[in-house]
Amino acid sequence: MKRTVLHETHSGLGAKMAEFAGWLLPTWYSGIIEEHERVRKAAGIFDVSHMGEIMAEGPDAGEFIQKLVTNNIENMKTGRARYSPMCYPNGGTVDDILIYKLSDTKYLLVVNAANTEKDFNWMKSMACGRTEIKDVSGEYALLAVQGPRAVHILKKMTDFPLESMKPFDFVGSVPVAGVDCMLSRTGYTGEDGFELFVSPWDAKQLWDKILEEGKDEGLVPAGLGARDTLRLEAAMPLYGHELSEDITPLEAGLERFVKFDKGDFTGRDALLKQKEEGLSRQLTGFEMLDSGIPRNGHRVQVGDEVIGFVTSGSFIPTMKKNVGMALLKRKYCKMGTEIEVVVRNKTLKARITKLPFYTRKGE
Amino acid sequence: MIIKEGLKYSKEHEWVRVEDGEAYVGITDYAQNALGDVVFVELPEIGAGLNAGDSLGVVESVKAASDVYTPVAGTVIKVNQELTENPGKINESPYEAWIAVIKLSDPSQLDELMDEKEYKEFCSKEG
Repeated sequence: MKRTVLHETHSGLGAKMAEFAGWLLPTWYSGIIEEHERVRKAAGIFDVSHMGEIMAEGPDAGEFIQKLVTNNIENMKTGRARYSPMCYPNGGTVDDILIYKLSDTKYLLVVNAANTEKDFNWMKSMACGRTEIKDVSGEYALLAVQGPRAVHILKKMTDFPLESMKPFDFVGSVPVAGVDCMLSRTGYTGEDGFELFVSPWDAKQLWDKILEEGKDEGLVPAGLGARDTLRLEAAMPLYGHELSEDITPLEAGLERFVKFDKGDFTGRDALLKQKEEGLSRQLTGFEMLDSGIPRNGHRVQVGDEVIGFVTSGSFIPTMKKNVGMALLKRKYCKMGTEIEVVVRNKTLKARITKLPFYTRKGE
Repeated sequence: MIIKEGLKYSKEHEWVRVEDGEAYVGITDYAQNALGDVVFVELPEIGAGLNAGDSLGVVESVKAASDVYTPVAGTVIKVNQELTENPGKINESPYEAWIAVIKLSDPSQLDELMDEKEYKEFCSKEG
């Protein structure tokens, strides 16, 4: 099992470690609920070094990515990041990724840990023109500082005007606490926050410094458990749950990231056909009416009819409710519709609700 | 980690406290600490006849559901409804947060369980 460079640091902080995507990662330190609440109210720091990084470089790199992903990157400026699904010709999802434009000829693609090798091979097989594709995952550790106090904490550690950064802006090289970082205003929690790409050699120094500087602002180390409940509240998809080779971005409610008008891209024909014919199933939110917690894979039904399955579910700390997302036959996705979730052979009542469960104030 | 004197312990990290042939069963401090924040408890049905090793219910943390097994056979005569309202009690005071009371059908099974000393050693080996 792979370990991040901060493994010993996490153990020293008393983290409970568990396997995720072939990595041994901190699930929680003080407790998932406590860490979740701190991120919503103050700040948390996450080690997400397991994320994969793939570099696409060359005169045709932009054109290559434009054909590879469903979002439009043509008008993208250097110093901007953009989220996009990446599809197979049949419309199924290879992965959902973040595209960082380093220059007109250089793009860093941040991919899900579990998919790094698959994505790399897929990209190699799709490469066209003068584009070099390299798996550079080993060159980066990745720290995420998330929460309303994140900007205040990092401001103490850099002269760079962080407030001037809009969401999805990044700077390629900036010193934070004396450590050279690629710093982006991105995250996976539904809060304001930053992600810091650093050399693995510098990761511990930066982690320790952020913990120290952040303490007075209420920052705590946060694990993958809180990351999962935070993203679920914000209804952000997790590959392998809301997206997969068998689930298209349209079904997952990501049509705003599928740009049919940008010209050809892999999966376009299949996705356009699906859109024109109308979706037969759709990702939807629900909350439990009976007591019980829905989990990934639980069957959803109405009477005798199986109408789909739960993709993610949990107790969510902000609302203190048991909720989930499910991929359901479309006619049952109307708000307020009562459905049944089968939890350990018991049929529990639930109701369709709108997504996301949580929206940050001011949005 | 707290291990209470006078209780019996199972390898699955359940504790048993016997009063007049009735066994209170819960999960240990070690178990609650490994689970993390408990947010849901599924209790057994009163009157259920259980063999040792049968499921006594389910304890769910934020992340996952875990079965609780009864280390002793018998009939469920009481369940702790308080845990339905306040599942976090399992984290706060695991040795008070009993899940169910079982009328023992074979008290000799208690001899197969560990005492606090043996359990302490068992836990240290689990790491």
